[in-house]
Amino acid sequence: MHIDVNGHATYAYTGGKDFNPAQPTVVLIHGVLCDHSVWALQSRYLAHHGWNVLAIDLPGHCKSAGTPPASVQEAAAFIQALLDAQGVERAALVGHSFGSLIALQAAANMGERISHLVMVGTAYPMKVSPALLDASLNQPEKALHMTNVFSRATLAPPSGAGSWVFGASLALGRRVLASNKTVNLFHTGFNACNNYDQGLQAMAAVTCPVLMVLGENDQMTMPKNAQSLVQQAKDAGQRLQVVMIPNGHHQMSESPNETLVALKAFLV
Amino acid sequence: MTGYADPHFDTLTLHAGSQPDPATGARAVPIHLTTSYVFESSDQAAALFNLESAGHVYSRISNPTTAVFEQRIAALEGGIGAIATASGQAALHLSVATLMGAGSHIVASSALYGGSHNLLHYTMRRFGIETTFVKPGDMEAWRAAIQPNTKLLFGETVGNPGLDVLDIPSVSALAHEHGVPLLVDATLSTPYLQQPLSLGADLVYHSATKFLSGHGTVIGGVVVDGGSFDWEASGKFPELSEPYAGFHNMVFTEESTVGAFLLRARREGLRDFGACLSPHSAWLILQGMETLPLRMERHLANTEKVVAFLATHPMVSRVGHPLMPDHPSHALAQKLLRGGARGAGSVFSFDINGSRAQGRAFIEALNIFSHLANVGDSKSLVIHPASTTHFRMSDEALAQAGIGAGTIRLSVGLEDPDDLIDDLKRALKAAEKAAGNGASSAGTASGLATAAAGTGPSNTNGAKP
Repeated sequence: MHIDVNGHATYAYTGGKDFNPAQPTVVLIHGVLCDHSVWALQSRYLAHHGWNVLAIDLPGHCKSAGTPPASVQEAAAFIQALLDAQGVERAALVGHSFGSLIALQAAANMGERISHLVMVGTAYPMKVSPALLDASLNQPEKALHMTNVFSRATLAPPSGAGSWVFGASLALGRRVLASNKTVNLFHTGFNACNNYDQGLQAMAAVTCPVLMVLGENDQMTMPKNAQSLVQQAKDAGQRLQVVMIPNGHHQMSESPNETLVALKAFLV
Repeated sequence: MTGYADPHFDTLTLHAGSQPDPATGARAVPIHLTTSYVFESSDQAAALFNLESAGHVYSRISNPTTAVFEQRIAALEGGIGAIATASGQAALHLSVATLMGAGSHIVASSALYGGSHNLLHYTMRRFGIETTFVKPGDMEAWRAAIQPNTKLLFGETVGNPGLDVLDIPSVSALAHEHGVPLLVDATLSTPYLQQPLSLGADLVYHSATKFLSGHGTVIGGVVVDGGSFDWEASGKFPELSEPYAGFHNMVFTEESTVGAFLLRARREGLRDFGACLSPHSAWLILQGMETLPLRMERHLANTEKVVAFLATHPMVSRVGHPLMPDHPSHALAQKLLRGGARGAGSVFSFDINGSRAQGRAFIEALNIFSHLANVGDSKSLVIHPASTTHFRMSDEALAQAGIGAGTIRLSVGLEDPDDLIDDLKRALKAAEKAAGNGASSAGTASGLATAAAGTGPSNTNGAKP
């Protein structure tokens, strides 16, 4: 479905079910150079188990119009505008990587309006190496390969029939990059991650339960680099759960079922 | 496995898609000879059926052993995924049937395996899908043949047996200009010699019966999706971009930005047509793929020696391999195939200076080369198209197809090349002697040996089995 947000058509995959105002809503927020389809299996499950799913394409990405967010704060404001536009009074936020920071900041901004916060493949600060940042700007194809290798834990992800996640990630990255002719979504997204400096404050301000789903072999957002957020959540007395699953950075495609199990247990 | 570079080809042939079996520790890929899989719960059962969860339900749709093969070939081709099928023909049919229905149109190279030509020219026509055949190197013919209802361009990476090299960058650019994908049959080149997706093709399929399995033991096929074609933007594929009542009104292009084709092909094509691959066959193919780079190098090295021998033999009037500078695809092969023209592979044809009888005499005198209807075996193979795969055709029709009465097709195997050359030498001597038994000789009125020379052979009636 498309939702008019700030005057721009925003695409949200609903998991095969129509939006039902009587049901709770979960917003799924993708990472850099991804789109809604990274949540395909999880979206369908949640949609068929009592949730409204809004798996969005961020502004300026793929099926969504608008200007791509240049910062985590901008993107978080967009999430709030999305809920306003759709008339959602309360929602769960689930984000992956860049999307996890967006979800964190949005949850902090909206307080009680957010029922659950899930941060998949997260780290703070989410620093991007200068080499990767530069490659994303000047050699996007090289950067795609670098990211792909850092993100994958195994040559045999148990992802079911016939899907080759290395290739699928490259193809999706290329497709997303090509979807915006005026803004380099790769570099813009990485910059937003690299420059975000409000994570600890945001974690302290969150009012809902928090789940972190981390990949044991994740080299993009290593679990050790999520510890500052974990500690902050503990210090702030947050209701925090951390689940480790045996994959790299793309939990949803490398370990779709384990990711879903973690989400189900937390959301239901 | 982690690192700083993409995993390389040789590593992928061994590891892509497989890891030690978590249940038993078995290092080799287990053969999962099971039709179905016990559900953990009713909820899981429903989730699997509704594409909410990853896993296997029924081996016609997917199977753990077959999935390893699918992931591995997808990795080697640089694709996003694959679907294994009962044969190469089934892979072609699955591709066509997923993308179009009655009233659609295909533009195909005329240099096709005869079975593919039969499927498109006769069988699919009966179901309302028309095909226009064009010479693979004639770009204007490709362009002129495209119609408003064209849904697919199709060719072979190297045509069998003439080895016309498809200009994938040019043909794919033309296809994309018209909002349609390019499908290629990469059976003879394998991903070791060329990765068509990287050159612009959108879908690739193989008869895995040939070099992928490599040992003449199994029938199988597979289609790989590059994930690059934008089905929604094209506007020509409602099968993928509009709700499908046959599967929960799923819109495949919404479900997966890059994998819509594979989703529908599996959820509809395998489900309904049922041309799935046996897990045992998948395992045999995987065994072969583990040594694909090693075998292909030896195939090529042997072929170079055999070509060099034949090219200087007085009983041979033409060698139809792009290694020959006068081959119509020599330049294109140099540009598009691994290692240049040698990358055109080890299946090629040559013409004997002589009659059909001399062709038969040659075949019958061979000891190491096996006379049979297959290619891509580890063992060397030979066939005489005029008396077998093309026996229905007159000399004139053979000539139009680029095949002479003295044309011999070889599939060079992995034996010692000196033994292969000795075998060929003896057989050529036998053919020469057969001329003295009343058969016509080189340069006679029959013109048997000259039909295919330098004409860019075009096989339209079956040169593989």
